[in-house]
Amino acid sequence: MNSGAFILIAIFTLAAALAAATLRKLMHAALSFALAFVGLASSFFLLGAEFVGLALVFVYIGAVAVLIVFTILLTRRDVEKDRGFNWGGVPIAVAVFGGLTWSILKTQSIAIVAPRMPALTVKQIGAALMTSYVWPLQCVGLLLTAALIGALILVIEEKR
Amino acid sequence: MNSWIVTYLWFVPAAPFVASLIILTLSNARRRSAAALAIAGQIAALAMSILAFGQTLQTPGFRVVQNFTWFTFGEQALRLGFVFDPLGAAMLLMVALAGLCIFVFSVGYMAEDKNFTRFFAYLSFFSGAMLGLVIANSLLLLFIFWELVGLASYLLIGFWIERPRAAEAAKKAFITTRIGDMGFFLGILWLYGRSGTLLFYDRGNGCLESAGLAMLGASATFIALLIFCGAVGKSGQFPLHVWLPDAMEGPTPVSALIHAATMVAAGVFLVARVYPLFSLGPINGVTPSLTVVVWIGVTTALMAALIAIAQADIKRVLAYSTVSQLGLMMVSLGVGGVAAGIMHLLAHGFFKALLFLGAGSVIHGCHGEQDIRKMGGLRRLMPVTFFTYAVGMMALSGVPFFFSGGWTKEEILHATASWAPSHAPYYLILAGVVLTALYMTRQVIYVFFGNPRATAEHAHESPRAMTMPLIVLALCAIFFSVVLTPAWPWLHGYLTGEPVHFEIARLIQPMLFVSLVLVGGGVAAGIWIYRKAGAPERDRPAEIDPLEYAQPALFRFLANGMWIDELYDRTVIAFSWASARLSDWMDRYFWDGLVRGFGAIAQLFGIFTTSVGERGINAGVDETTVGTRGLGRLISAAHSGQIQTYLGAVAIGMLALLLLYAWLA
Amino acid sequence: MTPTLQAFLIVSTALFSIGLLAALSRRHAIFILIGIEMMLAAANLNFIAFWRFGPHHQPPIGVMIALFSIAIAAAEAAVGLAMVIAVYRHYRTTNVDQLDQLRG
Repeated sequence: MNSGAFILIAIFTLAAALAAATLRKLMHAALSFALAFVGLASSFFLLGAEFVGLALVFVYIGAVAVLIVFTILLTRRDVEKDRGFNWGGVPIAVAVFGGLTWSILKTQSIAIVAPRMPALTVKQIGAALMTSYVWPLQCVGLLLTAALIGALILVIEEKR
Repeated sequence: MNSWIVTYLWFVPAAPFVASLIILTLSNARRRSAAALAIAGQIAALAMSILAFGQTLQTPGFRVVQNFTWFTFGEQALRLGFVFDPLGAAMLLMVALAGLCIFVFSVGYMAEDKNFTRFFAYLSFFSGAMLGLVIANSLLLLFIFWELVGLASYLLIGFWIERPRAAEAAKKAFITTRIGDMGFFLGILWLYGRSGTLLFYDRGNGCLESAGLAMLGASATFIALLIFCGAVGKSGQFPLHVWLPDAMEGPTPVSALIHAATMVAAGVFLVARVYPLFSLGPINGVTPSLTVVVWIGVTTALMAALIAIAQADIKRVLAYSTVSQLGLMMVSLGVGGVAAGIMHLLAHGFFKALLFLGAGSVIHGCHGEQDIRKMGGLRRLMPVTFFTYAVGMMALSGVPFFFSGGWTKEEILHATASWAPSHAPYYLILAGVVLTALYMTRQVIYVFFGNPRATAEHAHESPRAMTMPLIVLALCAIFFSVVLTPAWPWLHGYLTGEPVHFEIARLIQPMLFVSLVLVGGGVAAGIWIYRKAGAPERDRPAEIDPLEYAQPALFRFLANGMWIDELYDRTVIAFSWASARLSDWMDRYFWDGLVRGFGAIAQLFGIFTTSVGERGINAGVDETTVGTRGLGRLISAAHSGQIQTYLGAVAIGMLALLLLYAWLA
Repeated sequence: MTPTLQAFLIVSTALFSIGLLAALSRRHAIFILIGIEMMLAAANLNFIAFWRFGPHHQPPIGVMIALFSIAIAAAEAAVGLAMVIAVYRHYRTTNVDQLDQLRG
């Protein structure tokens, strides 16, 4: 693990995330959101969880970001109006960040470096998913199906 | 001792359940496959029951148990299980066989119905729930199946949901039995609290075995009575019998299933299953709980028999006769004749299924007519129905020698006659026997004899799918008596585990003559009173019942079910309406007024302080009002209805907890 | 020199706070969803980091939880965005300031 890479990735991710949270134009914000997840996925790579990183890219950039863009397009008429920024959220977010950071820095037991680890292969993940995690996997499949059907029902045109 | 049979016993209820689930997924048009699936499931259950029954024949007092852990919470494990003994085996056979006949009959009876597949799904579900109830080895598992039976009965009684009366009847059945189940559930809780187990048999640690019973002590009486509440509701005993006649609103095969095999049998079966609880700690040979059972049973038996005399609906007559017969079974259980009660339950299952299916055939033949005064002369138009119905009628009346009901009724009379505390139940039951013969004779004369009236002229015999089950059940009702006679009381020995000898001399007993005289008297009286029923006689018009003509007030009293429904309307239901209205009023005026009053007081205070402040008497008061207003505004702002504000509050709360934790750590 | 667990946790805290900011401050309903997604992703980063820095790497529990949480987040996003569209159809707005039916 390289500190330089980590710092670069961290700055990239956080800058993109901040842009996603603050950019005035919705479409720009959505694109920054996708970029932030690219950064997050690379930090997963850095941590040796390549499979999760890839899944993150597929799910967030391939699906969620596209969904967001579609939603923006479908609610277009409303989007163009300029709207203000609720400054009340800033102190709360800053306070949460400060509090969490303070408690993390205070806890010395987690100031550790990563131990050596044999590479985690996709085969191992697949074996785990199909053996000890097979029931959660099925449940998540069911949940996704239900969410899909529910989303469909929600957006079906109301009958007049 | 553990036999393979109990390991696979769950298959018996599972077969109809699975069939039911598959049928539910079928489309409405797949009628043939739905019926085939339901019948196949029932045949599978029957085959398995026969196989299992064969196992029990080898050793007297056969009982195998299979327990398993459902789930554990902390140190305690909740265990369920299955038990298989002669009681369960005999019930399994009866439920599966009578159920099968009813299923086949329904194919013909419901042929025109648009919800044919749904009907068979419910039927299978009903049958599966009852089969599960019979083999449950845990009061909790029994209760689960018990409630499933209740749910199935609700769905089936209200099957023709588009008829308001059917929907009402379904609701009534469900709620009335729920009253009893409330007691049942309290009994279960109490039992668990005392004994720590709900398993019936568990290698000597079950709640029906000596170790478990010893822990109960004096509370056993109350537990038994609470459990009996459930049986009262389910088996239509007084005072919770009111739902059973109304349940006639369901399709006739459903009535047959409810009255013969499944629903009402559950209550009697329950009492027989937990009998050790009832017979714990006898005083002079009787326990208080069993005395209650006897008197409830006697009341029910006699009252229902009286009401049945004045009913005009062919199915309501049978419904009240079921109530009466169930009362008889309860009496038998109460006086200690457990085997006699269960034998009567089994025999009753066959001939009552026969009678109901026969009634269904009559209704089907008369194009939906249910009023017996508008029938008549059907013996020539529907011969198969007539002969099988006659068999059922004689079995129910208790005609000795050839019909199963006669022998079991005699056994109950024997058991009751030797009850030590009182002879009153015995004589009351004798009166009930006469009445039973009387009202069944009345019904048969009205329906099958005389000349066809009104709709009956165009009656026709039912299709084979409906007559075949009738014939099978009629044969069952006759040949079942082979194992019931005192000469060779095989079933009695089978249920009690005592050895059986063949002795022809025991066939003739004094009790035989008693019942012969009583039944003969009842039938003769019926024939004499109703010889010209349905036809005008002197100044009596044809549509008026001879008894109604003689005693109009008494007849009306009986025809309306002794006005018990009306009594409940005026008392229990009126009371709950009144209390609902009271709480509505309290909510509207009292509590709301209280709240408003406080508001007004605060407002007055506010006006007062403002005025005081405005007058400049005290600047401090002014400050206070401003502060109060600000606080009010702040609180009001907190309820902005905006999710972001709420989310921010959540974040602040989280932060506060985190800091508190970090500070403490 | 390699980054410590603390460094990763601070990054994830920052991401979480930015997500919170988006959910709290923007008036458009879609931003609330974007913010929630970012907070969930920050939690995932924590799972992975604790798994990587912990002593046991087999079975890969952290990875598994992150995978399942991504799947659940996807379901949540689908339903949430559908709700945004449904709300927009009904009220002709996606401005959460105007959606205050719950006002006390």
